[in-house]
Amino acid sequence: MTSSIHIPVLRLGQTYRSLDKIQFNVSGQPLEISVANSGLIRRDLQQLAKSGEALRAIPCETLVGYMEKAAELFLHGKLPWGDDDRLQSPDDYAVALSQLTGLPHSLARSNMGKVHAAMSNIRAVISGLTRGMPLELFDRGFVRQNGLDVNFFAETNSLGVLLPSNSPGVNSLWLPALVMKIPVVLKPGREDPLTPFRLIQAMIAAGFPREAFGFYPTTHDGGDTLLFGTGRAIAFGSDATLKKYAPYRHINVHGSGRSKIVIGDDFAADWPKHLDVIVNSIAANGGRSCINCSSVLISNNRDTLANALARKLAAIEPLPRDHPDAVLCSFANPKSAKAIDERLNELLAVPGAIDLTAKYRNGPRLVEMHGQTFLRPTLIVCDDLNHPLANTEYGFPFASVLQVPQAKMIGQIGESLVVSAFTRDQAWSIDLMTSTNIERLNLGPYSTMRVQWEQPHEGNLFEFLYRRRALQGDLVAV
Amino acid sequence: MSSTLTPAQAQSALDSWTRKMIAWHFSPATGCDYWLKWAKTAGWDPRKEIKCFADIAKKFSHFDDDVLRTEQPERFVPKAYAKRPYNVFETGGTTGMPKQRVGWDDYKTDYEEYSDHYGPDFFPKGNWLMVGPTGPRRLRLAVEHLANYRGDSCYFVDLDPRFVKRLIGTGEMAMARKYQEHVIDQAATILRHRKITNMFTTPRLLENLAERMSLVKAGLKGVFVGGTTMTPQYVRFVVEEVLENKINFAPTYGNTLMGLAISKKLTKADNYSLTYYAPQPRATLRIVNPDNPTELVNYGEYGRVELTTMTKEFFVPRFLERDEAIRRPPCSEFPWDGVGDVRPFQSLTKTIIEGVY
Repeated sequence: MTSSIHIPVLRLGQTYRSLDKIQFNVSGQPLEISVANSGLIRRDLQQLAKSGEALRAIPCETLVGYMEKAAELFLHGKLPWGDDDRLQSPDDYAVALSQLTGLPHSLARSNMGKVHAAMSNIRAVISGLTRGMPLELFDRGFVRQNGLDVNFFAETNSLGVLLPSNSPGVNSLWLPALVMKIPVVLKPGREDPLTPFRLIQAMIAAGFPREAFGFYPTTHDGGDTLLFGTGRAIAFGSDATLKKYAPYRHINVHGSGRSKIVIGDDFAADWPKHLDVIVNSIAANGGRSCINCSSVLISNNRDTLANALARKLAAIEPLPRDHPDAVLCSFANPKSAKAIDERLNELLAVPGAIDLTAKYRNGPRLVEMHGQTFLRPTLIVCDDLNHPLANTEYGFPFASVLQVPQAKMIGQIGESLVVSAFTRDQAWSIDLMTSTNIERLNLGPYSTMRVQWEQPHEGNLFEFLYRRRALQGDLVAV
Repeated sequence: MSSTLTPAQAQSALDSWTRKMIAWHFSPATGCDYWLKWAKTAGWDPRKEIKCFADIAKKFSHFDDDVLRTEQPERFVPKAYAKRPYNVFETGGTTGMPKQRVGWDDYKTDYEEYSDHYGPDFFPKGNWLMVGPTGPRRLRLAVEHLANYRGDSCYFVDLDPRFVKRLIGTGEMAMARKYQEHVIDQAATILRHRKITNMFTTPRLLENLAERMSLVKAGLKGVFVGGTTMTPQYVRFVVEEVLENKINFAPTYGNTLMGLAISKKLTKADNYSLTYYAPQPRATLRIVNPDNPTELVNYGEYGRVELTTMTKEFFVPRFLERDEAIRRPPCSEFPWDGVGDVRPFQSLTKTIIEGVY
């Protein structure tokens, strides 16, 4: 065994070894993560002006180039593991990430691909967020678009982000902030300090100024410090997190996704053609994403669809973490898996829901295999949307199937991060586009996991960070 | 300051003190109503059966501090003090009735001993500022006495922890932050407009104050804190960044029932891990196995903190604190066991509102 790898706190450019550490073991290699106390974070946040200055000194076009270069370094490069001279290869990262988070190697790598794509497509992403405004907007705060003078200003000196551990792909959300010249202050998820740290190292190696990054593994108290000490912040978490921070306008909370597939009258008989898309929506990325489908609403043929889905989902078996076909993630904390399993059994006792996968799968839902703890995919058929299992989500392939008349679907689905509407019905499409409870709408038989770079995800980061100022008169001397 | 006693001498002094205090509290001429009546129903006579400190653990069960809430304070007044009006000191009370302890001179004894331990240079002559819970707390009088004992005067800024805990408990974080700012505003004003040399506050308030100004530039020379958990990292942060390695730092562990446990002077080998030593023999801290509190844990292991207080004013046998700590061996400053890296009991498994002020 070699000496511990130490992932330090990054204090806006300075590495810092804390005396409080979280210890992990990755394939016999000890890994320590420094934990920042909240006071330390508060002191650092007072220095954010310098971080912003460092970013503002670099033309946006150059920052875009840095991001594109960082994408390659993240995916292919050897980057610092921690605060000494040991380097982490992409394989080292994927294997360690798998051990800490339970993602199989295959998903660790596919998530690397997702993050890489978000970085290498940064021009499209920024263009999508600003609706095509030139990058010089971020250099001058001012552009002329279609003959109109447009002035935007940053409403914050930083973006604070409380990251989750469930899936590294979510890191792609904060990346554009750096190109928009907003420093980031990150609290990594407990089980995934690796992804944000590797991303920061890639970005520094590509040319971004060190002082633009705060990386603070910390406690709940430290997390609150970060959320309330930055002008704009994003928090990932449960419904409880959502409720806690809902009163604060500067905090954008990404709670449960409750993403859905709604199958209209015109597709209700055609579902067999799209079965794989539905399975992908439920099970891709191990069911860990907020954009995974957790409810399927169909206007007719519920039971035949549900049985076919249950059969397909039940066939997905836990595989060793290094198996190339592994889809299911293990639970880093087996107690969480047990708690979810118990909760599901408890709620299944409420009349009106049946676990259809139970009769197709090869054993119980909760299973110890390959030295890990898994929950096998679970498909629940529900009689109505008021059942407690009808409109909820868990961090593994889990979904409910319901039969709901098309005309009632929009009114009943509630807040949904992604809705894939399988329909060509023009009137209903317009209803869907004018609804207020859908964040991202896929029109057509598309997976809820689909990403189009020019479309915003979970709110528009540019509009969250910047605000347009009314600019009048003809004396603009820029 | 090094102790003149060896551990064996300190143990002997504790045993002797134990006999004296048991005789005091269980004698009808000097004891209080509560313990005298307790002795009548206990079925054994402490004066006959307690021969040394170890007998306390063998014979007494754990003190239930709820009686300090349910019983009238008069029941705890020793007969010997019957003619002197007493101070009432409170603890707890975020909701409902607080726990109350009567007292006369104990706090003065504790804080004079504390002052003597640090000598004249650690807290140089000059005004003091206390920023923290005042009101019905012993601490408020104690800190003023400390300043007076050293020939100095003390300014005060109050913080009501019951209100803060209530705000946090009801999720009113924004209001809690506003209140904290209100307290810090007042402290910063005093520091800017008055000559303050030494300060008592809680670690969290100290941090907050240092976010407003350099405490070194404000003229502080010595800081004494108590109140919440301080991990080694936290201590290091306070020493290096909050106090800029230039202000003397005296962390303490204490409460209304115990008095004040002083921390051993930090050395490089401690790596910022604090160890506190009770004001023995007046109060004794043991680190016991939480599953079997009659036995001590080994040195270096975490266990629950058990307090026994024995002064002429107050007797508390084997009170199980809501804290856990590492049992540490005697040192040159204190020839008896210490308690290290104190944290709330079962803090690794429970959510606890702590460090709110």
